[in-house]
Amino acid sequence: MDLSAISPTLLVASLMVASTPILLASIGELVVEKSGVLNLGVEGMMITGAICGFAAAVLTGSPMIGFVCAALGGATISLVFAVLTQYFLSNQVATGLALTLFGLGLSAMLGQSYVGIKPPTTYKLDLPLISDVPILGPILFSHDFTVYAALALVLGVWWFLKYTRRGLILRAVGESHDAAHALGYKVVRVRVLAIMFGGACAGLGGAALSLVRVPQWTEGMTAGSGWIALAIVVFASWKPERILLGAYLFGGVAVLQLNLQAAGVSIPVEYLSMSPYLITIIVLVAMSANRAKSALNAPAALGRVFHASR
Amino acid sequence: MLRVEKRPSPSKTWGYLAPILAVIATMIGGGMMFALLGKDPFEAIRIIFYDPLFSEFAWYYRPQLLIKGAPLILIAIGLSMGFRAGVWNIGAEGQYIIGALFGAGFALAVYPTESVFIFPSMIILGALGGFLWAMIPAILKTKFGTNEILVSLMLVYVAEQLLASMSLGLMKNPEGFGFPGSRNLQQYASAHNAELWIGSGVHMGVVFGLIAVIFAYVMLARHQLGFHIRLTGESPKAARFAGVNPNRLIIFCLGSSGALAGLAGLFEIAGPSGQVNIDFNVGYGFTAIIVAFLGRLNPFGIMLAGLLMALTYIGGEIAQSSLGLPSAAIQAFQGMLLFFLLAVDLLTNFKIKWAKTEIIV
Repeated sequence: MDLSAISPTLLVASLMVASTPILLASIGELVVEKSGVLNLGVEGMMITGAICGFAAAVLTGSPMIGFVCAALGGATISLVFAVLTQYFLSNQVATGLALTLFGLGLSAMLGQSYVGIKPPTTYKLDLPLISDVPILGPILFSHDFTVYAALALVLGVWWFLKYTRRGLILRAVGESHDAAHALGYKVVRVRVLAIMFGGACAGLGGAALSLVRVPQWTEGMTAGSGWIALAIVVFASWKPERILLGAYLFGGVAVLQLNLQAAGVSIPVEYLSMSPYLITIIVLVAMSANRAKSALNAPAALGRVFHASR
Repeated sequence: MLRVEKRPSPSKTWGYLAPILAVIATMIGGGMMFALLGKDPFEAIRIIFYDPLFSEFAWYYRPQLLIKGAPLILIAIGLSMGFRAGVWNIGAEGQYIIGALFGAGFALAVYPTESVFIFPSMIILGALGGFLWAMIPAILKTKFGTNEILVSLMLVYVAEQLLASMSLGLMKNPEGFGFPGSRNLQQYASAHNAELWIGSGVHMGVVFGLIAVIFAYVMLARHQLGFHIRLTGESPKAARFAGVNPNRLIIFCLGSSGALAGLAGLFEIAGPSGQVNIDFNVGYGFTAIIVAFLGRLNPFGIMLAGLLMALTYIGGEIAQSSLGLPSAAIQAFQGMLLFFLLAVDLLTNFKIKWAKTEIIV
């Protein structure tokens, strides 16, 4: 065992890359839940995005087109969820599960001929001199562009929800759809758009996984990231700025356990691989134990079916 | 314009018709998907739904129907009770693995002793394993109000890692020439979950599945606990006023579904699978969710739905070898079935009416 081989600088740098997929997926899910919809299909949308992005990037040779297709793929499959829950008034928990099961099957089917292929490399920030500054360089100035894009998206969502009129409407729909409806806001339209935004974000997250983080396609490669993203939304008590904290925390655990595996710690690999899931459970418990505080921020209409009877 | 109007109570007729309509819609939707993959849709649907039952090799496939259906039915029966009461156990796959590990672990520990008590003990331990694994989300939910969906699901990944660790370490076959995986329980007479009649496909898991169906039916229809479950599902507020203890219900729903999933895992590992190995779990715990919904959360409905889903598994395998249909296509097909079912369910709970466009002043 050689713990000195783990460099803190590289650890932080790789943590930022590792947490980008879940960061993207959870910021999207935050918007969906803020509009009062619980979409448990994040895992399914993520993996659909992962294969759509991967296939498009390999076929065109352009990672950029890959990301666009990933967002489109995620949004398209989330549209199925949107139609079922908003127009067919189905149970959101069941529909979300269906989305995950369907997404996993669909992606495995689409991805058959892409196993073992290397995708084109994505654009990496490389500023002369600045990127070479010790410590700060690797942490801040030499990442893949997805890392910066994800951060910008978090900032954008925070600003949208806090300072724009549309953000206010979205939150109103999530707090009380009946009141929002009475005021003349199009509850269903707002929710469908929010769901599609969430799908696009989850798709991007999937592509960040298959094109940047891994980068390769394997069946079921999200391995629970979508579910962890759902847990992060709870952890963040529905606040965008805390999504960042949550995602980096989980990214940190994931990277640390990989580093420990590489350093040859005497703990068996399987037990180290369990750690992100166990930490998720512990964090969920810690959050829910403080019930009064955590429930305060949950959108009041979360998961409830909206049906305008008059 | 079409207008949707809530029914005062769900339609009984549509309750029965919806799954049938969903299956037909899935055949059409799935056929289109197969056509996009470049396969003949009619042939694919025939191979999946007809050939396992009536082709010349049906004598081989029919027993498979029971072998694949039994774990699905066992797990789905457990899940359905929770789903009725709004307790969402999504982690049956994990409970299935842990049940199998508990039972198989005991058998491997006492190997090569032969005794009539070994298999019954394994059954008890299998149920206990699944029960204990499900108690984690149950206790966290009742003590701290932690979301049981996320916790039970996270535990699936933990269980998978445990399975890997066991099949590569503690439970590895010492005479296995270094290959991963345990001794084969099929070759250990006292622990083998053998077919009761050779070639019938009926093993103890099938018997337990049938018992579970009857038991669940009687409980839901006749017992107070079943009434509480139904009441909580249909009107949580009324249930609270009627004095239903929600914590007791959560413990019961998660515990019983965990125990049943554990049993399913045990019967699988002691019988058809035989070995503790990394690829032991094949997703029955997740497919059972579809089975529970397709069966309308009704025990006898679940029995039929479980057999139908087993049929798609077997038909999928045949189509894989004869048509070259990708194995994942059947998974997508099953997911599609749940989508259609949820969509058709609109007709159960709502009336669709033609209404002239009204001008609301």
